[in-house]
Amino acid sequence: MRNKDFIVRFAGEGGGGLVTSAELLAQVTAQVGYHVKTFVTFPSQIMGGPTFAQARISTDPVLSYGDELDVLVAFDREAYDTHQEEVRDGGVIVYNSGDFNLEEDGKSFGMPIDDLAKSTGNARAANMVLLGAISHLVNMPEHYLPEFVTKRFTRGRPGDEEIIKANIMALSLGREEAKKSGFSLGDLEDPNPPGVDQIMIKGNDALSIGAIAAGVELFVGYPISPATTILQYMERNLIGPGKFVYQASSEIESINAIVGGGYAGKRSMTSTAGPGFSLMSEGIGMAWMAEIPVVVVDVQRGGPATGLPTKVEQSDLLAAIHPAHGDVSLPVIAAGTVQECYEAAIIALNWAERYQGPVVLLSDHGLSEQVQNLPKFDIGKVIPERRKIYQGQNGYERYAGSELSPMPIPGGPGSYVANASEHDGMGDTTHLPSRHIEMTERRFSKLKLLEDDNYESENTESPVAVMTWGGSKGATREAFNALMSQGQSIGWYYTMQLNPLPPKLLEALRSKELVIVPELNYLGQFSSILRSKGVNAKSITQYNGKPFKVSDLINWITDLVKSHDEEFIKA
Amino acid sequence: MSKKNPEYDFKWCPGCGDFGVKRAIEWAMEKRNIALEAPMQDTVVVAGIGCSGNLVHLLDGDQPFGIHGLHGRSLPVAFGVKGGNPDLNVIVVSGDGDFLSIGGEHIAPQAQRNLNVTAVVMDNGVYGLTKGQSSPTTIFGEITPSTPYGKIEQPLNPLEVYLSLGVNFVASGFSANPRKLADLINEAMSYDGFSIVHVQSPCTTYNDTFSALKGDVKKGISPVAWDVDDDYDPSDRQKAQQIIASGGIPLGVIYKNPDSVSLDARTREMAEKVKIGDLDQQLNAFSI
Repeated sequence: MRNKDFIVRFAGEGGGGLVTSAELLAQVTAQVGYHVKTFVTFPSQIMGGPTFAQARISTDPVLSYGDELDVLVAFDREAYDTHQEEVRDGGVIVYNSGDFNLEEDGKSFGMPIDDLAKSTGNARAANMVLLGAISHLVNMPEHYLPEFVTKRFTRGRPGDEEIIKANIMALSLGREEAKKSGFSLGDLEDPNPPGVDQIMIKGNDALSIGAIAAGVELFVGYPISPATTILQYMERNLIGPGKFVYQASSEIESINAIVGGGYAGKRSMTSTAGPGFSLMSEGIGMAWMAEIPVVVVDVQRGGPATGLPTKVEQSDLLAAIHPAHGDVSLPVIAAGTVQECYEAAIIALNWAERYQGPVVLLSDHGLSEQVQNLPKFDIGKVIPERRKIYQGQNGYERYAGSELSPMPIPGGPGSYVANASEHDGMGDTTHLPSRHIEMTERRFSKLKLLEDDNYESENTESPVAVMTWGGSKGATREAFNALMSQGQSIGWYYTMQLNPLPPKLLEALRSKELVIVPELNYLGQFSSILRSKGVNAKSITQYNGKPFKVSDLINWITDLVKSHDEEFIKA
Repeated sequence: MSKKNPEYDFKWCPGCGDFGVKRAIEWAMEKRNIALEAPMQDTVVVAGIGCSGNLVHLLDGDQPFGIHGLHGRSLPVAFGVKGGNPDLNVIVVSGDGDFLSIGGEHIAPQAQRNLNVTAVVMDNGVYGLTKGQSSPTTIFGEITPSTPYGKIEQPLNPLEVYLSLGVNFVASGFSANPRKLADLINEAMSYDGFSIVHVQSPCTTYNDTFSALKGDVKKGISPVAWDVDDDYDPSDRQKAQQIIASGGIPLGVIYKNPDSVSLDARTREMAEKVKIGDLDQQLNAFSI
């Protein structure tokens, strides 16, 4: 049987070209029509530290990073020790024999990666040596890589030819070494090119492009892993008349600045991660109180406080909905795939404009840096929404009434005070009990404007369903597909719109005997929300800083379904 | 709020220095609008939290836009408003606690950026709204509810701080002379860069420094505050340092950097220089 799918992990010290190797492999295979997804994890330091990057290549769209490795490339002994257990039976380990040596074990072979690279005259060709070896192991047609290299390095610069020559030599050296080892993983099925224009993009870039497509005009952010690349994208591209982008001095400055920008009439946004999100809480409360449209992107990382800056976790959901003191309930959109990073940015900016208040967009470390092939975004289809702007006379009561009202913009008519204290219709501070009741209800009533019924549902007749959220979508979907093909009957529900939940979705979930919620946190945050809304939800939790493995999910979902069935029989 | 709003129940105490500051800001805004032929709706007053921040609700006459935000965060909000629309005239109103204690971290970044807004800081040397606690400018040894055995910190010298942080326009005013204060604020608003007008605005309830500042011949008190000479040259940074260090509280324009280039000008210049592809071109950079 020919392979439909393979996973290669490159592990070693950070800064050694691991990420480049994985991304090159993804690029070369995507160019010939395979589907790809990469996953990167590294310690929070500039260079060095144990790092790995992997690429999953498939004939079908890739849902998850994949569980077991077909090929492990171990640059050093520590990498070998850490990762070798994750190689599947029959998989291959390629280790750097320039760094360490292993006894013959029937699954590993050594290659002096750096020496081979040096022998080509280009010491930086180590990636190519490895790609050459991998191409032999998976029986990739021999011409793919040289063609890719020629295209990539034909840049019209003086030294292009030499580089191409050295790289092609490195490819064949690697290929020869792998051939000599005698290992082979079997033939790879031919690709099914999707037949549309494609891009290769990571989550944070997709999110940034979505935001620009939705008309973001003002962005202020502060560097923090894993959100920094959004700030960088904006710093490069959000330039021009009517646009403003700036690196702030802190997250406190970021949030207050975007509130100022939103007040001045701009579609305003910031991005951060957990620690910065905590610092922003008071400012987010102000945007809620003073009814100012802003979008806060929280690219989640692990743990409270400084936590795990470069690991995967979904533990900010409760904080996203209730980021500030007092009665608040923030609209929350969670992206679950790279494609959804793009879509979520559009929804978030539109929601902020529509209900005139702050919206939180949740992404996570896994999504932020993973590179994936996708059909080119159809930016022409994006319809940016615009807040209702007050056009009347001066003397307007901006906050009068119990529902959304048009917003005056400085420079135009209707001056008022946007007040973070409780206020009356003009925005003047008040302590009247009746006014606090009226204004609190007014702020909550606007959430109704966001009750879009956008959600996925499949196999809706089943009394048991899975419903994950955010970046666990891919692995859960892959597990769901596997369970369905095993003959199990489980419902599938999913939405990006975690608050407010689509009303029809909530109604459907309430009718289930059991809703299983895979999520990467200790508390079971989403299932606790669902339970508070009358859904019998149970979480599958994991909090080791890593994404779910599909095989684990298959086992855990099966166990939960089984014990639920047993309870039903007993009853 | 141009006329009395019965629901708004905040009041400054009788004799509060902030009344004078309010009058001075009203005059300065009007002068500026006449000079620019701009309507009042082009002005945004960003207020922090404290007695000073309530100024935004108490203005008489034509109403500017206003934001009454969080304690200490008026400068970052003003930064966003100005970034969002550089054509607006943005004025920050703040107090010594709001601006120099909880908000102190925000002064330096605006100075380095040379954000084109004017901050009017009402210094009464005390936390008035919370009833009399020690502030950064409260003098050494002062007994307050939060320093019951006397303050054991040296007071901060705001003018020295502004100058050392690189603020390009530093003025010092006194609420007791609103005409002169209005001129200082107007000059600050006309300045193309970050400007701070630090105002002695005594608290008649918890820290009445009025006679100390003005002096009292009858009681033989010589004034702490003094006007800088008419021929004083504020463009000289070293002289500004000397005048601040010379004792008492100098009143007038203390420092005015003649070579100021504002953040607005810098961002405009960058936008003209940098050519960005449209979104479709950006997207094509990711093509396989």
